[in-house]
Amino acid sequence: MSELFSSIFSVNFGFAILRVMTPLLFPAIGIAISTMAGSQNIAMEGSMLIAAFFGVIVGALTGSLALALIAGIAAGVLLCMILGYFHLKLKADIFLSAVALNMFASGITIFLLFMITGDKGSTSSLKSPIFPNFHIPLIEKIPIIGGIISGHNVLTYVALLSVPLFFILMFKTPLGLRIRAVGQNPDAAESVGIDVNRTKMYALMISGVFAALGGLYLSMGYVSWFSRDMTAGRGFIAIAAATLGGMMPVGLLLSSLFFAFVSAVAIYIASLNIPSELIQLIPYLTTVIALAVFSGRATRKKKEKAAAEMAQKKLEQQGQQ
Amino acid sequence: MDKWILKYFTLIRVMIALIIGVAVTILMIYLISEYPGESLKYFFTGPLVSKGRLFNILEMAAPMIFCGVAIALSFQADQFNLGAEGSFIIAAAVGTAFAVSTNMPAFIHIPLVLLVAGATGAAWSLIPGILKAKWKASELVSSLMMNYVALYLSLFLINSYFRDLDAGFLVSLRLPETALFTQFLPGTRMHFGIILAVIAALAAYYFLYHTTSGYEFRQTGYNKQFARFGGINIIKVIIMSQVLLGFVAGVGGVSEVMGIHGRFLWQGFPNYGWDGIIVAIIGRSHPILIIFSSLLLAYLRVGGQVLNLMGDVPAELVNVIQSLIILLITAEAFLGQWKYRITRRQAEKEEAAK
Amino acid sequence: MKDNILEMKDIFKVYPEGVIANRNVSMDVQENSIHALVGENGAGKSTLMKVLFGITPFQGGSIVYKGKEVSFSNPREAIAAGIGMVHQHLMLAPDLSVAENLILGMEPKKGKLFFDGDTAIKICREASEKFGLAVPPEKKIKDLPIGVRQRVEILKALARNAEILILDEPTAVLTPQETEVLFKTLDGLKKNGKTIIFITHKLSEVTRVADRITVMRDAKAITTRGMEGLDEDKIASLMVGRDISTKRITPPKNIGAAKLSVRNLRYTDEDGVEALKGVNLDIRAGEILGIAGVEGNGQSELAEIIAGLIEPDSGTITLDGKSLLHCTPRQVRELGIAHIPEDRMKNGVAEATTIEENLIVDRYYKKEYNTRGKLHWNFITEKSKELIAQFNILTKNSKTNVGFLSGGNIQKVVVARELSSNPEVIIASQPTRGVDIGSEELIHNLLKAARDEGKGVFLISADLDEVLKLSNRVVVFYNGQITAHFEDASTVRDVDLGPYMLGLKKEEAASGQMDS
Repeated sequence: MSELFSSIFSVNFGFAILRVMTPLLFPAIGIAISTMAGSQNIAMEGSMLIAAFFGVIVGALTGSLALALIAGIAAGVLLCMILGYFHLKLKADIFLSAVALNMFASGITIFLLFMITGDKGSTSSLKSPIFPNFHIPLIEKIPIIGGIISGHNVLTYVALLSVPLFFILMFKTPLGLRIRAVGQNPDAAESVGIDVNRTKMYALMISGVFAALGGLYLSMGYVSWFSRDMTAGRGFIAIAAATLGGMMPVGLLLSSLFFAFVSAVAIYIASLNIPSELIQLIPYLTTVIALAVFSGRATRKKKEKAAAEMAQKKLEQQGQQ
Repeated sequence: MDKWILKYFTLIRVMIALIIGVAVTILMIYLISEYPGESLKYFFTGPLVSKGRLFNILEMAAPMIFCGVAIALSFQADQFNLGAEGSFIIAAAVGTAFAVSTNMPAFIHIPLVLLVAGATGAAWSLIPGILKAKWKASELVSSLMMNYVALYLSLFLINSYFRDLDAGFLVSLRLPETALFTQFLPGTRMHFGIILAVIAALAAYYFLYHTTSGYEFRQTGYNKQFARFGGINIIKVIIMSQVLLGFVAGVGGVSEVMGIHGRFLWQGFPNYGWDGIIVAIIGRSHPILIIFSSLLLAYLRVGGQVLNLMGDVPAELVNVIQSLIILLITAEAFLGQWKYRITRRQAEKEEAAK
Repeated sequence: MKDNILEMKDIFKVYPEGVIANRNVSMDVQENSIHALVGENGAGKSTLMKVLFGITPFQGGSIVYKGKEVSFSNPREAIAAGIGMVHQHLMLAPDLSVAENLILGMEPKKGKLFFDGDTAIKICREASEKFGLAVPPEKKIKDLPIGVRQRVEILKALARNAEILILDEPTAVLTPQETEVLFKTLDGLKKNGKTIIFITHKLSEVTRVADRITVMRDAKAITTRGMEGLDEDKIASLMVGRDISTKRITPPKNIGAAKLSVRNLRYTDEDGVEALKGVNLDIRAGEILGIAGVEGNGQSELAEIIAGLIEPDSGTITLDGKSLLHCTPRQVRELGIAHIPEDRMKNGVAEATTIEENLIVDRYYKKEYNTRGKLHWNFITEKSKELIAQFNILTKNSKTNVGFLSGGNIQKVVVARELSSNPEVIIASQPTRGVDIGSEELIHNLLKAARDEGKGVFLISADLDEVLKLSNRVVVFYNGQITAHFEDASTVRDVDLGPYMLGLKKEEAASGQMDS
């Protein structure tokens, strides 16, 4: 037990949490944005995967990190645009379309992987650039904290910066305001001349950018190759993280950290030959419980509010008589 | 003609989606393969020319049918529950645990294991059902989360208590002979579970279209307000649809163990839940059609394998094609213009007849 | 004499289903005035305003606005031209603040990228002061009472430089106090030079605020004129006064004792509006009790409460002495209530399924229809064919999807199911709305036949002709209360009902209760 504690309170452990958090936080932000627009995008998994793949391939072909970044983001966004097209224009159920696109991404990446490398497992034979690690001057020198916070992949910092960015986008820009309005009351948005479908499309595209960054981190940061289905359900875990985080910036950060913490503990525990499965299921169970509690509270609140309003009205009327 | 098209419009749309899927398959093979003629033959006739592959299709279709039927039961009641995956795996694990730790004659053991597994799957699925019925919590998110909980709980159960330490991999102990389905065709892996899958589909068909409860499911699915207005207890329908989903998926899960593998051998999601969604969509949530859509998907998968093995095109072609087909089928407005024109023409004709 | 800011001439509007909503309607609105647009439900007021606002296209006529002929193809163009509309269902995003809702679609920017929240609040404050409409800029809409939300909506239109402000039944959701505040606001806006078109059917409001009036009836404009010389009674007769064209059916011969009794029924809806304020009435065997009233005065809620679809706050309902309170819809039906719902597509049928399946929704679980859960489809088909023939539903096959039928035939499916359940009391809500004349005639005859068989029929209709044609007894609903009771409806004319329907007159302690 003490062994466990000493490893959990180690610098390495803290470092690992941020590492594991990165590919969860990105798609969680993507989910939150699309949810706020009223069209929850559960094609994060596919979008991440396809971005991870094209990032590596373009990186390997051109040797350019910038082009890899662009290709990855373009691929991730394109997938979300297809989702938007089917959902908004062809009136397909967004969940079913997203399920289909997740399968599509899994299939097409393996398919192309084989066509390009002759291997179906991974791109380890290709040499692609990766995103560099970054040591933060000064902070690096601080004991413990420096070790945990400094020296991460650049995309980990981008992920952390994405939290305030997400806040600014949604709450401090006209587009964010419109996205929220469209999600809350599309008729209201329509009535003041906002193009609802276009706004939703933008939200889906932005969610695609964040998913793509998450995917790129996996194949060009977390590891340095693409392997089949390497997202391993992170796009779905992000739905849980976004739900648990209440779709709000700080909430997303905390819930992603929580999921990462539990995964990191599970990894450590597994290395100690203690069954880690029970630890691994904690975040999902927590999400279900949170969902039950929040939904329960929301229904109760509505009733209470209506009752309170009624009482208030009665009082007013009595006062008048 | 117009009337006929309108009546069977959804089916026609599914067929057109399938045709487009096949056309794209052919196109892709032509683009990629160095010897497309051969490759096409491998893909389309490959699964049918050998007995072994034909049986492969059947055994591959069985879990798809189970999960497809399970999903269809919830789709028919207008519930979007992804829990087939979770019920499948937790029922397989608990069923395995039960089978390994009990000892009785086969004619009791087999039905009892099936029942325990089915009940486990049903109980598992009940949770999102209650959350939805009571607090309107999205069954999509809660069932997805419950899938992960099911996965880890199953792995914990099997890896910690029922692991076969002699095996080289992380697998469970082998089921006793009394709990295994007999493989009734020597030289193949044809097992009773395949027949059970078809029975499940037929039973679900009977349930949905010939019983009062099935009627309640479908009316609730068509129009909740109408169902409530007519006196149907829609809370009961919501919960029952999820419980049945879990039961059928659970029986499907343990059937794979009892018929094919003889033990619990998964360390991650087997993904039959997603396959179930595919075949349910292609089969328009109709249990009988789901038997055929499962066979079709299994046929394409085996074709993909043959192509992969003998030709120069990877099997994942099938995943690409299946997702394209689903996208087209779920797109309500796909061919909508065409339907609209026919509807108008028909209306004008009827107007003129008056 | 002021100039006309708006002239609508001979507007003709027919909906795709063939319903004519505006039959060459003309209306002119003077600048800087409050113009009331009144008429019963379905008279075509809302459609006329939708035409003006560019929500729906029209087939004939012209609109001249500020001296120029215009035709807006969407609300955006109308807004840009200076026309604002406040819908009955408020168009606000609940989780955004007042200021954010106000500037939505024309957001002030800080730099090139950012939304300027401070300026938004400033714009909101300024508009609020300029037009004398007090709103809290930083509060979220969902935390505000309905009257303030409406003020935000008005301000939203004004902030977009609306010259003409259309208000669609703005007082329907307001308390009397809030209504008074609204009227003061409208007076203030007029002083500010704005023009207001005010849709309503509450006549006290018209005489209180309007300068001019347009009265619509049966898709036509009856008159557009100044208010001088008009009082509420005169407007009422313009609105509902019509020739009695239909003959009344023969009155019932054998009226029995009270079957259904409603006492002190109160109900508050989800928005906190008191829809029913203590209603008492009886329905006797062998009679048709008509409910007259403008829609939205509590009739629909009463029907839904009796049918077990919603729970009342307090009061009792009994059928032959047995309480219907806390009963599920099925239990209510079992006790002998049938219900033809006002919105047949929402409650009455499931379009995507067959006529047979629609006909058995209230009885599939009964003995004849199944054995231990197995449905007897042959029997169901047979029964359905009988009903199709008996109720003259035009279809070749009992397995046709209901969605393929015409409106009249869909309604016949609903009526066939409800009347064949052998009920004690039939609630018929808007039983002939939107159906052809043939079906209307058929349904009227069926209701009469049910009455003559000794059933109690409870007829709710916005169509006064229908109420007077069928009912032997009539009560009038206004504002969640019964305002009049005519025990013998044979001599009642629609002009007699008008003042009660419009809240001008009220019988003391009126109820539909029968003393026995």
